[in-house]
Amino acid sequence: MLADQALPGTSLTERFKRGLTAPICLTWELTYACNLQCVHCLSASGRRDPRELTTRECLRVVDELERMQVFYVNIGGGEPTLRPDFWDLLDYSVAHHVGVKFSTNGVRLDQRAARRLAGTDYVDVQISIDGATADVNDAVRGAGSFAMARRAMDNLAEAGFGEFKISMVVTRHNVSQLDEFKQIADAYGARLRVTRLRPSGRGADSWAELHPTAAQQRLLHEWLSARPDVLTGDSFFHLSALGAPLPGLNLCGAGRVVCLIDPVGDVYACPFVLHEQFRAGNVREPGGFTRVWRESGLLLRLREPAAAGACASCGQFDACQGGCMAAKFFTGLPLDGPDPECVLGHGERELARVCLPDRPRTEPGHSRGPVFLGRIAARAGA
Amino acid sequence: MAFDLHRAYRLSPAVAVRPEPFGALIYHFGNRRLSFLKSPRLVTVVRLLDRHDSAADALEAAGVPGRQRARYAAALAALADSEVIDAR
Repeated sequence: MLADQALPGTSLTERFKRGLTAPICLTWELTYACNLQCVHCLSASGRRDPRELTTRECLRVVDELERMQVFYVNIGGGEPTLRPDFWDLLDYSVAHHVGVKFSTNGVRLDQRAARRLAGTDYVDVQISIDGATADVNDAVRGAGSFAMARRAMDNLAEAGFGEFKISMVVTRHNVSQLDEFKQIADAYGARLRVTRLRPSGRGADSWAELHPTAAQQRLLHEWLSARPDVLTGDSFFHLSALGAPLPGLNLCGAGRVVCLIDPVGDVYACPFVLHEQFRAGNVREPGGFTRVWRESGLLLRLREPAAAGACASCGQFDACQGGCMAAKFFTGLPLDGPDPECVLGHGERELARVCLPDRPRTEPGHSRGPVFLGRIAARAGA
Repeated sequence: MAFDLHRAYRLSPAVAVRPEPFGALIYHFGNRRLSFLKSPRLVTVVRLLDRHDSAADALEAAGVPGRQRARYAAALAALADSEVIDAR
């Protein structure tokens, strides 16, 4: 909400580019453990990491966030509810004025958990599905995951939780189901959140097969433009070059207003770049998260004006800002060039030149074993 | 209720104000909305509301020049709309 857009001075976007005293959108992944192994998992989760932050260390992070006035944190994983101390951390955080929005596949959201959540203020729940039907969802997220998520949604609705969120990542196979996703959300009185597929984590292996085609991107832009009540996490700013920008911050927030704390306490510039090159520090170091946010050389560099590079001569640079840094990085494209999904097709041309083995990877990752995309039956319009 | 420059207002007890180089970031713990105060002087105005009998007096006390009053009043009206400030 830009309450005072009417006031003179530099635009907020320009201010944001130079960074804030604390993040606005902080993602905190509590564990690499997950009951699922989605083919596009950003953090390549599966197995718990033995070095994960202890309960006591997590509480200290919450204390710090309270001091920095980080008003809410987006908790994820892995599957955060698999941590035995998850509910205690949630209560502690809320009691310390750090609201919690957490993402889950629903595995632990039984009726009892749903009633508990319905009775807690400052908690938002986001349940992930990546298909509006079991076949499309389960091909990406694993057998039985659609039914599990729907049970969790039923439980929240029955417990009177109110407006929860249903989060989906747009793929080539589910983009034709957007209306069905919206119907599911509406039926629960939930909010639909649509986000962009990134080639990060295990997504590096599935992106080429799953990312929407150019024609699908145009449909997506139209669909979203007509539905301002659908949340996007501001993740589609690369589509702004197609016409009117979508609502929200049309800017890469990495290190400026966004960052990630991973389960072992490593701080990365954004949730989509879990790679050594974008590691800003660790919350266990002296000075903790505050010092990393305020003094890390990497984050300070990200707050400097970025060169438009190969995009400098493009008339649309102001609209898309060159797109997503993580999407470029993991597809092997230069960071000062076009996004791989550049709507003008500049990324596609660049991609053709990238030698596949040279692309950076999230290594070694926490997968339990090889993960493959399931078979998806041909669908009309897909 | 429409914002009225001649009424007394206060910063809502449900909000927290985080100072930033550009002004401040405000979070409303009730409706969970973020607002941005895009000038340090607007932050001053908002903090002074409590101590003055009208919003107009708070603008005066914060030293807002006459030609900028209308803009500041519009900003306050938006803040009242998003429940960041309440009439008292």
